[in-house]
Amino acid sequence: MTALAKLFRATAFRLTLVYLLVFALFAAFLLGYFALNTRRLITEEITSTVDAEITGLAEQYNQGGIRRLVFVIETRSRRPGSSLYLVTTPSGEGLAGNIGSLVPGVLAKPGWMETAYRRLEDPETAEHHALVRVLQLPGGFRLLVGRDLEERERLFDIIATAGRWSVAIVIILGVAGGVFVSKRVLNRVDAMTLTAQTIMAGDLSERLPIAGSGDELDRLASNLNAMLERIEALMRGLKEVSDNVAHDLRTPLTRLRNRAEEALRTSKDEPGYRSALEATIEESDGLIGTFNALLMIARAESGEARENMSEFDAAEVAQDVSELYEPLADTKGLALRVEATPAPVKGNRELVSQALANLVDNAIKYAEPQGHAANGTPAEIVVTAGSEGDRIKLAVRDGGPGIPEADREHVIERFVRLERSRTKPGSGLGLSLAAAVARLHGGELKLEDNAPGLKAVLDLPRFAA
Amino acid sequence: MRLLIIEDDRDVASYLAKAFSEVGHVADVAADGEDGLNLALEGSYDVLIVDRMLPKLDGLSVIGKLRAAAVATPALILSALGQVDDRVKGLRAGGDDYLAKPYAFSELLARVEVLARRRVGPGEETVYRVADLELDRLSHRVTRGKEEIVLQPREFRLLEYLMKHAGQVVTRTMLLENVWDYHFDPQTNVIDVHISRLRSKIDKGFSQPLLHTVRGAGYMVRDGAR
Repeated sequence: MTALAKLFRATAFRLTLVYLLVFALFAAFLLGYFALNTRRLITEEITSTVDAEITGLAEQYNQGGIRRLVFVIETRSRRPGSSLYLVTTPSGEGLAGNIGSLVPGVLAKPGWMETAYRRLEDPETAEHHALVRVLQLPGGFRLLVGRDLEERERLFDIIATAGRWSVAIVIILGVAGGVFVSKRVLNRVDAMTLTAQTIMAGDLSERLPIAGSGDELDRLASNLNAMLERIEALMRGLKEVSDNVAHDLRTPLTRLRNRAEEALRTSKDEPGYRSALEATIEESDGLIGTFNALLMIARAESGEARENMSEFDAAEVAQDVSELYEPLADTKGLALRVEATPAPVKGNRELVSQALANLVDNAIKYAEPQGHAANGTPAEIVVTAGSEGDRIKLAVRDGGPGIPEADREHVIERFVRLERSRTKPGSGLGLSLAAAVARLHGGELKLEDNAPGLKAVLDLPRFAA
Repeated sequence: MRLLIIEDDRDVASYLAKAFSEVGHVADVAADGEDGLNLALEGSYDVLIVDRMLPKLDGLSVIGKLRAAAVATPALILSALGQVDDRVKGLRAGGDDYLAKPYAFSELLARVEVLARRRVGPGEETVYRVADLELDRLSHRVTRGKEEIVLQPREFRLLEYLMKHAGQVVTRTMLLENVWDYHFDPQTNVIDVHISRLRSKIDKGFSQPLLHTVRGAGYMVRDGAR
């Protein structure tokens, strides 16, 4: 596309053209109206002057006859800038006046008309136009009085010229302005398009340029940038998942395969095969669990689960989940306690329950069993729920080994398991899921020091009815 | 028990049919939605096992058409989509239970048997009895022999569900879904601990245990003497 064609297609330019057309039409209309009105006014002025003069002259005739009329006309004709006069005999011979030649037949019809004429004193000049009135006097004499229209035409011409010029200037300035504005907009849009093409070519880290003027293009660009940010994060997440899936599912899959091979090679009898098969099934159940957890995280992160949001009290979730885990804690010599005050939240109850369940599960899994507390009372896990300003907090505090500060961000990532926990069962996805659920609800998962132990907090926006 | 398996994957279908026949059930197989619908309309089956994604007519439509034709045969939906809202959609379409692939056969069997019994079994009784164990659903009282057993509310619901399906295997997932209303998999097997607590309350000190563990499948409340 050539630069010119592009310019013509620009919205800004087209808009300018439309405005320009409207303004030019308006200006033309205004000037035309002005010119016509002026012309009408002048004509009226002429008419009344001529009327007054012809009435005066007719009176002179009535009082002093043709001689008097001729005398008056002779006198008036010689004044500079005088009107036009002509008085003729009934046969059409001129008796007095300042008109040299006239279009034939004008005198025949009494009344108003526009006609061409030449003055007596300068018969060589071009014909002028005049507005004249012809009156038949008693006795057959004819009287013509008129005014030259030159002045009126000149004024009209001046206005018409002014009109043409102003329309021309409006158009020139308008087109120039349109080109200027469109070029500015086009340049910025071109810059955006260029960036967008780079992004489409695969470089997701590019961002659209922002001029800093805070105008609508800037707003658009910053919103698109926020969108790109999100897309990039999702893509990164996706890549991470696929990398991790490849890595972490490969290990158990290999184990599964090895076990089956080994059973084929070494087992001689039914019990041998049976136990190998049972181990295989157990291993695949673990794989399925990991896979489900990954899917759940992916769903929470994609925001797909937003459809199932409803209002509920997180305090009830804390009670229910604690109730589910209390016997398990008990068997490990841990006391599980709930401190819950109303915490209204809008979200996916199932997912929030699962997130909290994962946190409690972790607390139980990693907490030191009884005897940790020197005085013999069992170690405690406290599940709390409550509102704080416009946030609600669901927290699990334990007295276990905690997580070193340097590792806290790290453990939320998928499949990350700290060295000392590798021997314990688990997929390494529990915290990732909890964090994904928190993000889905517009909150976050915070891991803090409980000194000793870990305090895991689901910090979510409070639901205000 | 007569079953109809509507499943387009030949391997899965024949594996299921074989597995069901090994435990004494008869299973017919339909390979697409239309065949499945026709068979279900003609034959008298105890339970339908319907895959969600089927050629010609999808699983939910099959169930929808059956319900529209006033066929109330219980239907269990099998699906590769295991998420909560997919479940809800399936149950809303007229399905009676929902199981996500991949599943353990023992899980499927337990659910199918529960569905089949729901159909022929007596209505909702107010008192469940197994041997000398009695659970009154109205007064919330549980007694064994002459002794009253005090249960926590959740323990009561757990026992209620187990006794409602007395003589049938109930899996951990079924308990989690029906007693706790959770559809996720808690990482550690919390259900086992709840069961052993309940067991200590209802079986401890009695010569005959009623709450049994079915290896590789789940639990069952059963009168052991019979």
